[in-house]
Amino acid sequence: MNAAEIAGRIRDHFPDVYVARDEVIVLVDRGELIDALIRLRDQPDLSFGFLSSVTATDHPGKDPRFWIVYELRSVEHAHRLRVKVGLPGDDPHVPSVTSLFPTADWHERETWDLFGVVFDDHPDLDRILLPDDWEGHPLRKDEELGGVGTQYHGAFIPPVDERTMP
Amino acid sequence: MDAARDELRGVPHQVRDRVTGEVRRETMIINMGPQHPSTHGVLRLLLELDGETVIRCKPIVGYLHTGIEKNTEYRTWVQGVAYVTRADYLSPFFNELAYCLAVERLLGIEAPPRAQVLRVLLCELNRIASHLVWVATGSLELGAVSMMLYGFREREVILDIFEAITGLRMNHSYIRPGGVIMDLPPDGPRMIAKFLDTMPARIDDYERILNDNPIWLERNVGVGKLSAEDALALGVTGPILRSAGVPIDLRKDEPHSGYETYDFEVPVRTEADAYSRYVIRIAEMRESLRIVEQALERLAEPGPVMVEDPKVGWPVKLSVGPDGIGNDEAYLRHIMEESMEALIHHFKMVTQGVRVPEGEVYQAVESPRGELGMYVVSANEHRPYRVKIRDPSFVNLQAVPTMVEGGLIADAIAVIASLDPVMGGVDR
Repeated sequence: MNAAEIAGRIRDHFPDVYVARDEVIVLVDRGELIDALIRLRDQPDLSFGFLSSVTATDHPGKDPRFWIVYELRSVEHAHRLRVKVGLPGDDPHVPSVTSLFPTADWHERETWDLFGVVFDDHPDLDRILLPDDWEGHPLRKDEELGGVGTQYHGAFIPPVDERTMP
Repeated sequence: MDAARDELRGVPHQVRDRVTGEVRRETMIINMGPQHPSTHGVLRLLLELDGETVIRCKPIVGYLHTGIEKNTEYRTWVQGVAYVTRADYLSPFFNELAYCLAVERLLGIEAPPRAQVLRVLLCELNRIASHLVWVATGSLELGAVSMMLYGFREREVILDIFEAITGLRMNHSYIRPGGVIMDLPPDGPRMIAKFLDTMPARIDDYERILNDNPIWLERNVGVGKLSAEDALALGVTGPILRSAGVPIDLRKDEPHSGYETYDFEVPVRTEADAYSRYVIRIAEMRESLRIVEQALERLAEPGPVMVEDPKVGWPVKLSVGPDGIGNDEAYLRHIMEESMEALIHHFKMVTQGVRVPEGEVYQAVESPRGELGMYVVSANEHRPYRVKIRDPSFVNLQAVPTMVEGGLIADAIAVIASLDPVMGGVDR
């Protein structure tokens, strides 16, 4: 099914669905996430049983601050869908989906590591890419990129995130 | 051979305490890697062993993390190509392709047909090169040292082709949003045709060495079984999934860049062990040669390789000079001496680049290791808001405990070799 058809099929249960650039995006609350994923997996004409990726985006100053993004794919019908859950900045908790999709294990660990989003009931929520004793969650927008300035023959170039141009 | 292996597995490692005389089982926790000649890169495995049997295995990654995703948020869209290409460093064209397709979808443009053919040509050559590295290093890890030399010898030919076309052997930054950065050099088609002539015989050589080799068979047949159900639950894609009988290949299921117009097969096996993954990758090399041949025929017709839209296309014209690829003389004369507007345009496009409308897109391609996806978010700026690389090796490595636990340590090496992880993609 193409994006518009999928959106039409699920609009009854998922009022917050929209189609953009040929993709279906569904917004759900974190309390309904697990039920939503079960429904999307079990409905035969959808059968979104393959989780490609779990990630997050950070929008400081906005509410919700974090959007957790789940990319789903159907093996039977070869179509895709995106589920997004919005989280407030002061309470970035969301239920873990590892009970439904074991592949979410490392994806959720990476999202915890880089964004500080806590996945409740995750079997082993530890840092994965950064060292175990790292402090901070670097992919948040309020954390710096890091880097040192370079100086050569009187010209000084500051680190990337401090440059004024462009 | 299976019976002997099972017998070994059934015997617990017993230790008699020297002081009390009691007999107890003892397991040993050892660490394999991150610096290890056989773990396929900087992969660390925490193994709990009962004699030679692996009871528990925990892969620990992150030793190659360089912050690619964060860095793209501070660079222009075209600079992002140079970052993204270095994630999975053995398949740079695929990283670039997924990123550029995502950016093109956000921009609402399509690369010209000739650029798409060039992309397919180079990606399939990249697939062959990546599988050559796999067969070379995988064989070396299991002791077949000669294969290492043969695999890398052929890969050198492919890297020479890449160098002639893009100027670099690896991490080319050749595919950019809107097309590719420059057309083939004059002797490009001849080099590729010569490679197509000699490669099939080489692949025959590899099969002659490994296919019926008793040691190769002993170490790979029946090793590292991962059923289709487990594979799909763990998010595994690529040759591992196809070795379990699931015929998913994104080149066929979600085609892009004209893949639907090429004639090629997708090899699928059902045994789901390390040997079937070897057979699939060898067969994929042959299929990629077919695609390269078809792409080369289509390149007989000339055409543009970058979109014409001045707000998007990379303004610089490059050409091959005596010392490699550089700015075209005629173009430099044009912007420096003839046209102020061209100079200003060049300046703005190179320093600021294209402004991509707001939105988000997930673009997946079939890299040699599986589904390589890019989730690109734009906030209507000259630089990305978020680039998430869904790397196949990162997800495939989650399957290591399932495949390794219960087997012998030596099988762990064969299993990880058959997964073909590239730590650049795992850690980014």
